[in-house]
Amino acid sequence: MTVRKSERLLNLLIMLLVQRHYVAKDRIREILYPAMSDDAFEKMFERDKEELRSLGVPIEVGSMDAYFDDEPGYRVRPDRLALPDISLTSDEAAVIGLATRVWQHARLADATSEAVRKLSALGVPIDETALDIAEPRLSADEPSFDVFWEAIQERVPVAFDYRRSGATRTSTRHLQPWGVVRYSGRWYVVGHDVDRGEERVFRLSRIQGEARRDGKPGSYEIPAGTDVRATALRLARPPATGEAVLLVRSGAGLALRRDATAVDTDVAGPDTATGWDRVRVQRAEDEVADEVLAHGDAVYVESPTTVRDEVVRRLRATVGAAS
Amino acid sequence: MSTTSGPGAKDQVARLLTLVPFLHSHGSARLEDAARTLGIPPEQVLADLKVLLMCGLPGGYPDDLIDVDLDALEGPDGLASDGVIRVTNADYLARPLRLTPTEATAIIVALRALRESAGAETREIVDRALAKLEAAAAGGPPVPHVDPGAPPGGVDLLRLESDLRRAADERRQVRLTYYVPSRDEQSERVVDPRGIVSAHGFTYLDAWCHSAEAPRLFRLDRIADATVLDSAIATEPAAPREVGETGLFPRSPESTVVTLELDPAARWVVEYYPVDAVRSRRGGRLEVDLVVANERWLQRLLLRLSPHVRVVAPGEYADALSETARRTLSLYT
Repeated sequence: MTVRKSERLLNLLIMLLVQRHYVAKDRIREILYPAMSDDAFEKMFERDKEELRSLGVPIEVGSMDAYFDDEPGYRVRPDRLALPDISLTSDEAAVIGLATRVWQHARLADATSEAVRKLSALGVPIDETALDIAEPRLSADEPSFDVFWEAIQERVPVAFDYRRSGATRTSTRHLQPWGVVRYSGRWYVVGHDVDRGEERVFRLSRIQGEARRDGKPGSYEIPAGTDVRATALRLARPPATGEAVLLVRSGAGLALRRDATAVDTDVAGPDTATGWDRVRVQRAEDEVADEVLAHGDAVYVESPTTVRDEVVRRLRATVGAAS
Repeated sequence: MSTTSGPGAKDQVARLLTLVPFLHSHGSARLEDAARTLGIPPEQVLADLKVLLMCGLPGGYPDDLIDVDLDALEGPDGLASDGVIRVTNADYLARPLRLTPTEATAIIVALRALRESAGAETREIVDRALAKLEAAAAGGPPVPHVDPGAPPGGVDLLRLESDLRRAADERRQVRLTYYVPSRDEQSERVVDPRGIVSAHGFTYLDAWCHSAEAPRLFRLDRIADATVLDSAIATEPAAPREVGETGLFPRSPESTVVTLELDPAARWVVEYYPVDAVRSRRGGRLEVDLVVANERWLQRLLLRLSPHVRVVAPGEYADALSETARRTLSLYT
């Protein structure tokens, strides 16, 4: 029965917790598992210890006697069991209350709620309504996210099939993951690429199929002082942004106008079919041509010349292909 | 009932290891307060407490048992949720368990995310809370490198999301000023919000649009302005749609299928837009049958991809593309 078993688990915990020394297995059996066969006792005791451990109870195994190590004993050290004293002020408790609503990932949302329950058991009332704050939501829909989350905690190498942006084929990669980082709403993993012998960054959404654990826990060390965000930024080399000066037909290019740092209306344009405005925007240098091209003949690039040349070259290629 | 496993007993012990410290730190508590704070139904709290009646020190004497005062709870009319509960003789369970590595990491990462979107004043509070949690986690396994980063699109977008979420919860209408890229137009409309969904790294409002008289998805970063109105929604409340890989672009009777050949640089299209079929071609090219609901949307996509795309069929789209390219090129020559 569940109730019986709950009682037994709790009594086992209390028994191991209140003794200063290791408690002999025989004594545990006598008090908590009376009238059981050897076999049944061993099985049940093993399972009970495992369940307590999975709740976070640190059960230590030691020798009863310094000279004869034939009889194992068990104990739980109070200082390793209990949450240290965290005295939270009420405003700190309030932001901790908000934390329960951040994860949009079932398992991590549950883990956060459980953490908050433990903290509220310390006695500070956790008020979730006291703060006015824009609440972030953290989602992690990438199927491989959980694998990396655990691998990083346990330092387990991971193997996966990966397709680079624009690449046609996938290749199998072997990584010692150091950390995961989110950028523009997408998760990336940073680590040591075993095949390349170098640090690398991978976008989780480009992993094909399942990521697989590929080694034992504690197989590698994460270099001291690793800053996953800095490493990801360095490796991913996000495009530099710069100012683009565009001529935009009156009434067109609303998205460009919305982001504009400056707009001069009614300027001389490349034709007189409509009026033109000069719009200045900050854009990633390798993306601005795409955006300009999407507008067709409603947008004209004045500068930079690199972007202007790219637009002209791509238009020529399109016209050429059609003729 | 079974004497074997099942998560029941383990979960019950986990709850008790939080409930007992809670009661210990408060001296006593009303049943409903304990239930609400710990997020456990009152009936479950009572059932959990009854387990404690048979727990205590291993001596087996009545004085060794945990003392649980339940008298105030069970009145003649059943459970008295305003009854006061008290647990004594359990000093050794006065403190909750340490956070497990997953719990510690999950809450610390959640707070780091809150920190990124907080103003200066709140950020200072988050920093204090984080410092205390990180200190408490010290001694255990190190908190792994999980960096949630800044909210995509910035704090303004997050505010907008919070406002829209609240409007959906309160079933109030919203007036949106929305940018429609396929028409390069900004338009105003009143919608009945249903909820926030995300896909492909973007966040959308799912709502009934009174202008279109149909459900629509609005990408949050294209909403120029949103005003939550006092008026209640005029349609049946509905949950936001599950947005799967293709659910974002539901097929409508007007949609047509266009066959394109994509160079490697344009392959990303198949990850973002609904395609009926994908055929591999030499040189890493793909031939895809793309589902198109709107011709202007298609023209913008083709221009954006040029020259890494060719229209295989129907021919009229190929002609329109080269005509627009020619016209645009003439601006420069």
